[in-house]
Amino acid sequence: MIEIEELYKYYGERRVVGPLSARIEKGEIVGLLGLNGAGKTTTLRVLACDLLPTSGSVRIGGHDVVERPHEVRGKVGYLPDRPPLYDDMTVDEYLGYAARLKRVPKNDVAKRVAEVEEMTELGDVKRQLVGTLSHGYRQRLGIAQAIVHRPELVVLDEPIGGLDPLQIVEMRGLVRGLRGEHTVIVSSHILHEISETCDRIFVIQKGEILWSGREADLSSQVEQGMRIRVTVRMAGKDGAAALERATELATAVAGVRSVEAREATEPGDGIASIEVLAESDVRDALCRALVAGDAGVLEVARLRDLETTFRALLEGGAPS
Amino acid sequence: MSAALLIARRELYAYLRSPLGASLVAAVLLIDGLWFQTQGMSGTKFSAEVLQEFFYGASGTTMIASIVLSMRLIAEERQTGTFTLVSTSPVRDSEIVFGKFLSAYAIIVLMTALTFYMPLLILVNGKVSWGHVAVGYLGILLLGAASTAIGLFASSLARSQIVAAVIGAALLGLFVLMWLVARAAEPPLSEFFAALAIHHENFRSFQQGILELRRVAYYVVVTYFFLLAATKTLEARRWR
Repeated sequence: MIEIEELYKYYGERRVVGPLSARIEKGEIVGLLGLNGAGKTTTLRVLACDLLPTSGSVRIGGHDVVERPHEVRGKVGYLPDRPPLYDDMTVDEYLGYAARLKRVPKNDVAKRVAEVEEMTELGDVKRQLVGTLSHGYRQRLGIAQAIVHRPELVVLDEPIGGLDPLQIVEMRGLVRGLRGEHTVIVSSHILHEISETCDRIFVIQKGEILWSGREADLSSQVEQGMRIRVTVRMAGKDGAAALERATELATAVAGVRSVEAREATEPGDGIASIEVLAESDVRDALCRALVAGDAGVLEVARLRDLETTFRALLEGGAPS
Repeated sequence: MSAALLIARRELYAYLRSPLGASLVAAVLLIDGLWFQTQGMSGTKFSAEVLQEFFYGASGTTMIASIVLSMRLIAEERQTGTFTLVSTSPVRDSEIVFGKFLSAYAIIVLMTALTFYMPLLILVNGKVSWGHVAVGYLGILLLGAASTAIGLFASSLARSQIVAAVIGAALLGLFVLMWLVARAAEPPLSEFFAALAIHHENFRSFQQGILELRRVAYYVVVTYFFLLAATKTLEARRWR
């Protein structure tokens, strides 16, 4: 679907992106993760055909962005970090204008506008002037204009920027809802956000892809293992004995590197919590071993300190 | 072409909803009216002279209005970030430029049409040559097109409307003052500079009611050149 080969983008003498190569399959939701100034926005602008690459090739849906920019723009919907909204138009008028610009047939415009308004929950404000909308609605409208022409690829640059926690949850749902019909690329500098919405992550630093893969792989590779917290209940034992037995059972599981006692996450007789550091994802084997040892498993939680992981990755370079 | 008309309609809508369009048209009509009253209708003059004075005054306000109208066309959108909507849509840069030009030019045409009562006033005490009126208005419209294209080119260069207005005014001023440069130069350079003068040399015949095709061609070429330059500027920005 999207093939990027040896992409470079220079602003004057300054290299902002490159060398960057990647392949993204149809229907994927991919996160572009990097600190401010890492080259995320420039990469997205190249994908949206707003900027052209200095060298290298970018093909979207089989079309090269340099040779056939017009066709590529028809296949891409783009939400920049500041939504391109006209404050003097109503939501209906604005989406109608965006749809016509993006070559939605005249007869289908009203129907398509109504569909995206429903999808992005803009129906309540469709006759309201854009300039009077709250930040959350403005972001929704930005996404609505990006998908109004049913693009194959939707490019979202920091879609959660400036949203409150409730709006962030709604926005995540909205982005996840695009899965299937569209291939989606989302940028953010917050790993937690990317991990909540994306199938795959590209970590970008100084214009280059430092690492790519699933978020679970990122944690296990950078932390060189997975941390799991388990809370068990053992009938007929006190807390200390339960802790000792749980540690013994967990240590015997293949792949477990170390087990540490933790304060029980809930009160009660025979309840104990441990933190397991394993080489890989051993949660299922761990549960089986505990249950086989007469321990009732109350809770299994994978511990993720994503921002620490991200920082470790950026500071330590690409993991092997 | 349909995309250009779509963009033109959106821009025209913006002019009509904002105070800029109405206040500019009102200001131009006021100044044109004052000029017509004080310069054209004062003293004893032939009708043709009154008409010439009217076209002379209207040409000045048209040039200023063109720069004011066009300064925002691209610079403002880049400043507010809305330009991304058109620049990432399947619309050619030439269509963006032409659409924006059409919107500002539509206001110039409307503004010019609203001055038509002034030549009619001459009929009260004199006679008017309709040919003179038609040629004079053609000159105003051609001058307005060329000035708008210059302003639009300036707007494509800058991110700020004020900077765009300054660049546009400087460029237009340069073309206006070519007649002075021509005076200071020796032939054949003087003829070359005189031929470039957007007002003095090329507008005078329209003002006098004389239709010369080479003057029409001059304005068409200047308009085309600056619209093309604005298009190339937008294209070049994608490579930067």
